[in-house]
Amino acid sequence: MDARVDLPATEKVKISVRDLNFYYGNFHALKHINLDIPEHKVTAFIGPSGCGKSTLLRTFNRMFELYPEQRAEGQITLDGANVLEKRLDVSLIRAKIGMVFQKPTPFPMSIYDNIAFGVRLFETLPRVEMDERVEWALKKAALWTEVKDKLDQSGAGLSGGQQQRLCIARGIAIKPEVLLLDEPCSALDPISTGKIEELIGELKADYTVAIVTHNMQQAARCSDYTAYMYLGDLIEFGPTSDLFMKPKKKDTEDYITGRFG
Amino acid sequence: MTVAGFDAARLARHQARKRTNRVALVLSLAAMAFGVFWLVWILVETVRLGIGGIVLATFTEMTPPPQAETGGLANAIFGSAVMVSLATLIGTPIGILAGIYLAEYGQKGWLGSVTRFINDILLSAPSIVIGLFIYSAVVARFKSFSAWAGVLALSLIVIPVVVRTTENMLSLIPNALREAAYALGTPKWKVIMLITLKSARAGVITGVLLAVARIAGETAPLLFTALSNQFWTSNLAEPMASLPVTIFKFAMSPYENWQKLAWAGVFLITLGVLGLNILARVMFRNKH
Repeated sequence: MDARVDLPATEKVKISVRDLNFYYGNFHALKHINLDIPEHKVTAFIGPSGCGKSTLLRTFNRMFELYPEQRAEGQITLDGANVLEKRLDVSLIRAKIGMVFQKPTPFPMSIYDNIAFGVRLFETLPRVEMDERVEWALKKAALWTEVKDKLDQSGAGLSGGQQQRLCIARGIAIKPEVLLLDEPCSALDPISTGKIEELIGELKADYTVAIVTHNMQQAARCSDYTAYMYLGDLIEFGPTSDLFMKPKKKDTEDYITGRFG
Repeated sequence: MTVAGFDAARLARHQARKRTNRVALVLSLAAMAFGVFWLVWILVETVRLGIGGIVLATFTEMTPPPQAETGGLANAIFGSAVMVSLATLIGTPIGILAGIYLAEYGQKGWLGSVTRFINDILLSAPSIVIGLFIYSAVVARFKSFSAWAGVLALSLIVIPVVVRTTENMLSLIPNALREAAYALGTPKWKVIMLITLKSARAGVITGVLLAVARIAGETAPLLFTALSNQFWTSNLAEPMASLPVTIFKFAMSPYENWQKLAWAGVFLITLGVLGLNILARVMFRNKH
């Protein structure tokens, strides 16, 4: 099944997926995915559990490589290079493509060091510049005012919503070009969710954002493009308003109207 | 008091469930009381019989001959401190590194499985077997009992304990944390050293302390290796006194001054292990 649509000519393609297949051992989890993710836009991935949307996201930064039984075939082109090629340094790919996970994962260190940790991997900054970078990232993630007086306290002491924004700040601090968000709000209360959705809208000015979500209202609220996936196939992809208002496929319509899934 | 609207059958089942709950609670409380009873008794006896021996001479004078007027445990305290510290210094890094290998690298491969299996055997091996092994491998070969042989035997007891706890503690760290660190482009060794090992730190240290507590009271491996020594020595190539072996020798004797010192030694070991545990708890409370 090929649901690929050409993006409008005004959009610049950031990540281009061609004939991507993914396997968990013998299980064929992604089938011939073709997709273009536009730059400086928010692209949402929706679909029932097990449809492969998180799996797809985890191929973009080769996260699956941590597990030897998982493998991907095909092409994922970022700035002209196929990120799936083994000879590309996976650390550099991950520096370009940040990721935020379902559950907040503060590192066992202070709030300041949580942000500085990633920066130190790639840059040696004098203390003043590091302070500026930490402040910048925390401001971008709309967390600065809440934590500026307790930067030396443990990141684990923050609330769930604050921890998740800390993780977003940590991802932003190394100045990636793409941000992958894997159900970033599923463990959060509605107020924290609202803050993060607002943040996503602001982040797209600087980053290309791809978000996996179980919440269709969330996809409708904060994305520009939406992809609907089912059982490893990309069923439909298009501008969010089109997909939700006049879906082309019956399957998509059934899912978004709640008749299925 | 019953709540209206429940029929008799439901009420009866509810009562039965409450009875079962009460029985289970009483049984588990009884089991706990049984354990605590003996523990408290041991502690009370240790303090009652041991505290009288805690005088300055115990720390300054050497182990005395039978029926002597004075005497202490200075050489045994020193010997135990030296051998336990050295064995911990040797065993801890090896144990932690092997534990890291098992948890982070060799989860599935055959080398990991074999290592884990051998480690489990070593963990449950009676310490007297380890003592005899070092006796035949070191003492018999060099034709001399020595503190070094004692240190080796004790470190062989430390290693499997530390390997096991390090592996278990690292396995408890959620994979999400590892993934988050990798997602920033962190190389594997940094993920392990700065993220997972740091998260598991308190548990790993607890494992080391458990090992220290265990070897502090081990007698069998030292009987065959470091033997004992009536005199002060800091030469690790010579036999060296230790608290457990001295306690063993003194407690079995008919001499009253020896028995008194044996209880003082028991009290000191208990106090030392307790102190280490409290220290660890204080050190790792409310940190990141």
